[in-house]
Amino acid sequence: MAKTLPKADVVIVGMGWAGSVMAEELTRAGLNVVGIERGAWRDTSTDFPPAVDPDELRWHTRRNMLQPMSVETTTFRNRTDQTAAPVRNWSAFQYGWNVGGAGAHWAGMSWRFLEWDFQVATKTRERYGEEKLNGLENVQDWGVTYKDMEPYYDRFERIAGTSGYAGNIQGEKRPGGNIFEGPRKRDYPTPALKDTHWMSMYRETVNDMGYHPFTIPAGNISQAYVNPLGVNMGPCTYCGFCDFHGCGNFSKSSPQACILPTLMRRPNFTLLTETEVLHAVKHDDGKTAKGVKFIANGEEGFQPADVVCITAYQMDNVRLMLLSGIGEQYDPQTRRGTIGRNYSYQTCSSVTGFFDNERMNPFIGGGALGVQIDDFNGDNFDHTDLDFIGGAGIMGYSTNGRPIQNMNGLRPGTKRWGSEWKAGYARDYQTSASIFCQGTSMPSRDVYLDLDPTYKDRHGQPLIRLTFDWNENDKKMANYVTDKATEIMKRAGGKHLLTDNQASRSWNPYMQHSSHTIGGAVMGADPTTSALNPYLQSWDAHNVFVVGASAFPNNGGYNPTLTVGALAVRAAQAIHQTYINNPGPLVEA
Amino acid sequence: MNRREALRSLGALTASVTVAPYVGANQLKNVPLETALSEDSLPRPARVDGFSVLVEDSDRKTLAAAFDRLIPADDYGPSATEAGCLEFLDDQLAGDYGAGKALYLQAPLKPENEEALMGSPQFLATPKERYATGVKALEAYAQKAHGKAFADLSDDQIDEILTGLEAGDISLGDDVDGQAFFELMLQNVREGYLADPMYGGNRGMAGWKMVGFPGARYDYRPYIDRRGEDLGLIPVSLIPQD
Ligand SMILES: Cc1cc2nc3c(=O)[nH]c(=O)nc-3n(C[C@H](O)[C@H](O)[C@H](O)COP(=O)(O)OP(=O)(O)OC[C@H]3O[C@@H](n4cnc5c(N)ncnc54)[C@H](O)[C@@H]3O)c2cc1C
Ligand code: SF4
Repeated sequence: MAKTLPKADVVIVGMGWAGSVMAEELTRAGLNVVGIERGAWRDTSTDFPPAVDPDELRWHTRRNMLQPMSVETTTFRNRTDQTAAPVRNWSAFQYGWNVGGAGAHWAGMSWRFLEWDFQVATKTRERYGEEKLNGLENVQDWGVTYKDMEPYYDRFERIAGTSGYAGNIQGEKRPGGNIFEGPRKRDYPTPALKDTHWMSMYRETVNDMGYHPFTIPAGNISQAYVNPLGVNMGPCTYCGFCDFHGCGNFSKSSPQACILPTLMRRPNFTLLTETEVLHAVKHDDGKTAKGVKFIANGEEGFQPADVVCITAYQMDNVRLMLLSGIGEQYDPQTRRGTIGRNYSYQTCSSVTGFFDNERMNPFIGGGALGVQIDDFNGDNFDHTDLDFIGGAGIMGYSTNGRPIQNMNGLRPGTKRWGSEWKAGYARDYQTSASIFCQGTSMPSRDVYLDLDPTYKDRHGQPLIRLTFDWNENDKKMANYVTDKATEIMKRAGGKHLLTDNQASRSWNPYMQHSSHTIGGAVMGADPTTSALNPYLQSWDAHNVFVVGASAFPNNGGYNPTLTVGALAVRAAQAIHQTYINNPGPLVEA
Repeated sequence: MNRREALRSLGALTASVTVAPYVGANQLKNVPLETALSEDSLPRPARVDGFSVLVEDSDRKTLAAAFDRLIPADDYGPSATEAGCLEFLDDQLAGDYGAGKALYLQAPLKPENEEALMGSPQFLATPKERYATGVKALEAYAQKAHGKAFADLSDDQIDEILTGLEAGDISLGDDVDGQAFFELMLQNVREGYLADPMYGGNRGMAGWKMVGFPGARYDYRPYIDRRGEDLGLIPVSLIPQD
């Protein structure tokens, strides 16, 4: 092996949200940490100041901040009897790239999962009986509860400066907040964002219908804020160039805005950029890893470390486990093996309506700007007479009015070209508004990840292969919540409805919009069904921790990142408080 | 030099520097001290020195004829070519987009399988290569069907061809997927009409005025409470055309 670097206490693979959070926690505890990131250094003033950021073509259409498929892509098929093909063009697979990862260009919706989401198996059995899980044999608990997670959610929110209004402080329900959320220690660090025209219409409508609207908790912060690391953030300007874009105002929670200014100054932290980890290298006994092999400037190198943290985003987390030979590949026939098991997605639908006499001013927006109801999310409603479990958050949102992105969002039947398109777009740009249902996704036995037998990345390593289609449970759930969204849209006065129920046809990455890929190296209390223990420590190599949405055994009806960040804090604390002094499994198998 | 020229010359400078866009692997300790806008992140305005991909006059005429039916001049604004969409396309094809730099272009590609899985045809050809074959195929089709150059067809004849391509009813031969080429043109022409004018299209911010998009503004705090009002905002470009 070419170059061996000095040994670190901890090496962290991938400097997105999870990697930055862990590096901060571990260096503060005095450990020597090396972070390795395959993309380049990126910062607010040098790379996405306000003079550069409001550029839809570059950042949204051409996706200049995202990881190109030529670097690495995913292969995909719906069923095992098909031959998977590589995803060649931009699609729902929207991977982070460069320092900050997808955390630099996410939208910022900052959710805690529901108490139910962590214990779907147990709570479903308790409330409805075992038969409610028929056909959902891979549904399993996380090995942690919401209560276990609360302090870590709280810590991540303080770092991120999350804006919002709490609906449940230590059991006290607060109207105006999300009364369905689990009990929180305290309110959000910054107050809720303001309503746009559409949000106030939506809020009033669902309120009249007897539901419980609240402002979405946002990583678009509402006022100046200094976080616990001493970093200053500024108020969101509702610029509407948020998701897929960086933030020039230090207003979007991101590794750049919240963590790196402090982390980079710590002498016990080193960051290797434009350096790609190929895989972890195991000790001869196979029981632990001795470090990671990487490639930089076309040359291979080796970074030795006592602890290896893999924080390369869900897909690459699973891929790196497989490339490193840690754990056993899941087999859908026998249901043996844990790596690749319990992949799931996000079951989404949307209803767009047109309002003849309104001016929505859609360009006033924020990545996480919206009003939501959780009355039909998780198990917040009675499923006794329903033939599915789970649900969706139903939001009226104001994320952007970017004209290229929205050019097909016209009244049904309108031509996409010619004078008819021009007239249609001139009429509808200001008068359309959308409701989005972001739903749970349950694992199925025949949905999984493994290495593709044919296609390789630029370094000749196999790509990850996804085998996925919607399961019956999630399709029924999507139909149910889409009907609810349709009722709301009609009640709000929307006409000529444009409905997109994504689960109504076979999944394919070009027809979907959600970047939320989940599972494949999941946490749990049982080593036969989970890759990681509840501290995200590999059951198979005790000095390897794998942190990301790859650890979720099922998806909640929410965006994933707050839960990723909370799990990262929790894993890092377990490492510096316990593991480092007493290396070994933190939980007995 | 005004701001626009200054940015142009900066863009040209970075384009002519021979080093790779990335400085290469780095070991970073502390926050890098450089705080000026990095070369990678500078805006890259469209070149203004003539066509460099669509170099053949006949090809430009064919494309112009198609583009101006996709976006004709009317009460809602100028036509695609009046708004600069050909210049926009040429610049895009000359750069990373045209070269398919972001795409995964490794073989094998089994067309039926990939189309079935992905819901639309997939290609190993780059956008630049697809235009090269697509434009010639359009012209050949016009000659075969009407005995005339595509650019000399009537509006109705062109509309009929575009409609047929969109529906998949017209074949442009074995080498060009007509429906997919229609989608590519439609995507790019509308991008040109609606992207920031610094990329060569959307002249006079015509596309933005058509819908009422205020452009590259960055602070709506003074406006968010004025719900449902006509805010009368004049659009602005990242690099104003003054
Ligand atoms: C457009 C968009 C909008 C989103 N909006 C939301 C939202 O509103 N709310 C929400 O909760 N979530 C949202 N997300 C998802 C969110 O960005 C991710 O959940 C989050 O960033 C995950 O953090 P992570 O640390 O696991 O991965 P990332 O932040 O992506 O970081 C992973 C890092 O690892 C690096 N890496 C990968 N492989 C290697 C390797 N082999 N060697 C070295 N480095 C490697 C990558 O370059 C990357 O920098 C959005 C995502 C996108 C793309
Ligand atoms: S919407 Fe707010 S948080 Fe998002 S990029 Fe704009 S200013 Fe930043």
